[in-house]
Amino acid sequence: MLILGIESATAQVGCAIGGHEGVLASTHSARARRHAESLAPQIEFALSQARIRIDEISVVAVDVGPGLYTGLRVGISTAMATAFGLGVPMIGVSSLDLLAFPVRHTRRLIVATIDARRGELFTAFYRQVPGGIQQVSEPRVVTPDDLYGELQAASTECLVVGDGALRYRDQLEGLTKVEIADVSLAYPSASSLVALAHPRALREEFVQPAEITPLYLRRPDAEVNWETRPER
Amino acid sequence: MTDSSDQIILGIETSCDETAASVVVNGSTILSSVVSSQVDLHARFGGVVPEIASRAHTELITPVIAQALVEAGRTGKELTAVAATYGPGLVGSLLVGVSAAKALALTWGVPFVGVNHLEGHLYAGLLEEPDLQFPLVVLLVSGGHTMLIEMQGHGRYRLIGQTVDDAAGEAFDKVARYLDLGYPGGPVVDQLATQGDPTAIKFPRPMINEGYDFSFSGLKTAVINHVRKNPDVSAEDVCASFQAAVVDVLLTKAKRAAEEVGATAICLAGGVAANSELRERTLDYSVETGVRAYVPSRSMCTDNAAMIATAAWWRLNADGPSGLDLGAEPNLKLDWVA
Ligand SMILES: [Zn+2]
Repeated sequence: MLILGIESATAQVGCAIGGHEGVLASTHSARARRHAESLAPQIEFALSQARIRIDEISVVAVDVGPGLYTGLRVGISTAMATAFGLGVPMIGVSSLDLLAFPVRHTRRLIVATIDARRGELFTAFYRQVPGGIQQVSEPRVVTPDDLYGELQAASTECLVVGDGALRYRDQLEGLTKVEIADVSLAYPSASSLVALAHPRALREEFVQPAEITPLYLRRPDAEVNWETRPER
Repeated sequence: MTDSSDQIILGIETSCDETAASVVVNGSTILSSVVSSQVDLHARFGGVVPEIASRAHTELITPVIAQALVEAGRTGKELTAVAATYGPGLVGSLLVGVSAAKALALTWGVPFVGVNHLEGHLYAGLLEEPDLQFPLVVLLVSGGHTMLIEMQGHGRYRLIGQTVDDAAGEAFDKVARYLDLGYPGGPVVDQLATQGDPTAIKFPRPMINEGYDFSFSGLKTAVINHVRKNPDVSAEDVCASFQAAVVDVLLTKAKRAAEEVGATAICLAGGVAANSELRERTLDYSVETGVRAYVPSRSMCTDNAAMIATAAWWRLNADGPSGLDLGAEPNLKLDWVA
């Protein structure tokens, strides 16, 4: 079984191909602000480097967010169309799961954070469990102040990972039991996506392309403004 | 029936608030054309909300493509190319179609073709009437564009005139909003105008005898001022008189351009070309003068993917495929000849 993983929910865009042998090829670019230009050529390159024909792919995994909306939609549209075109099923994974997964060997509380812009972060908390990670709080939008308060109240050793933490590093580093993970772990990676999707694929936890739902976590501004508009 | 030399193109259109996919053979035979409109999602906001449009495209794109292939009775492997609009339009919306099209092209091992949305509108006429002869004068009128174009040949366009302020469709939307008629304005103004008197109110015909550019902002203001001063005026008469003014200006200039250029035909294109008065009076002009008028079916005037597949067929054969590194170009222009 070969999995194509597509990840473009943050400032980074990438893809990976792998299966039971682990990751066979992966690409990523952190400076490609224009995800749409680079993603399809990256897939083409990864396939050629892994010496795999695209029709050998049997599952397409995708990061469903939360993240930056434009990149998220480029990744999801590309992944859905690829799965549809190949006639294969999909697996959707949260970007916060992808951040927590590489640091799963710590016993500390794992706090995954993604810069949500507008002075906010997307976050969810995780704990190590045998063989992986378990989410212990739902993905949500918070301000740095909210997060600071929560971590202070939790009063437990925390490892905070992601570009959200790096953006508000000065504020969060004021907490005594909190360590902020290195920049090399700050973005969800397509390799983690393939590694996380593999056991799920073995258990056939698939969805069809039309069932992939982006995790936006925020409603469109126009809808929010509409509901809170003054009475005419 | 198709044979092995036929070129079968899947077109995808997501530049604004329609998610569309279509399968067209040789730029002339439509095997399927699926258009999923989001108009209900945007109506209460009085216009297209980009973030809502992008979310809806992401949800609809795969089912719409699947339906277009099923209705055409084709599989991906039978296609010659996959095409998508890459501009102009809303960037978040364009990216959904471009990303999907590139992924499908990669998956099926066929070329990808990026299409200029405006060129798509120009080819809507040729799709239904492939024996049209150049030069043509095309009046491209929609919510975002008002242009008078001389089509000298395939891919050879000269800009004769364009709006200096609002697009024609925008004027319809703004007048409809002022009269509380809802969104989109075109169809409802068209409908009410049938019950009104087009000569009831003498609205200005801005710049009607000056050059080929258009201006609709002053006309819109004149309508608003008239209604403000005469609150009991019939909405039907306002719609009919406003529409008559817009159509007068559009057609007067299109006719003059057709004569100057020696056009074989006047073609209508774009969403405003679905307007009944504009369609009828274009056909009347043709009867009077013998210059052919080409008025595409309403479904070819509004945004659709069949016109994208048709323009892609010409582009693929003229210039070859686009690279997989093509992105969305929200401000994409047509290349004009001098
Ligand atoms: Zn259009």
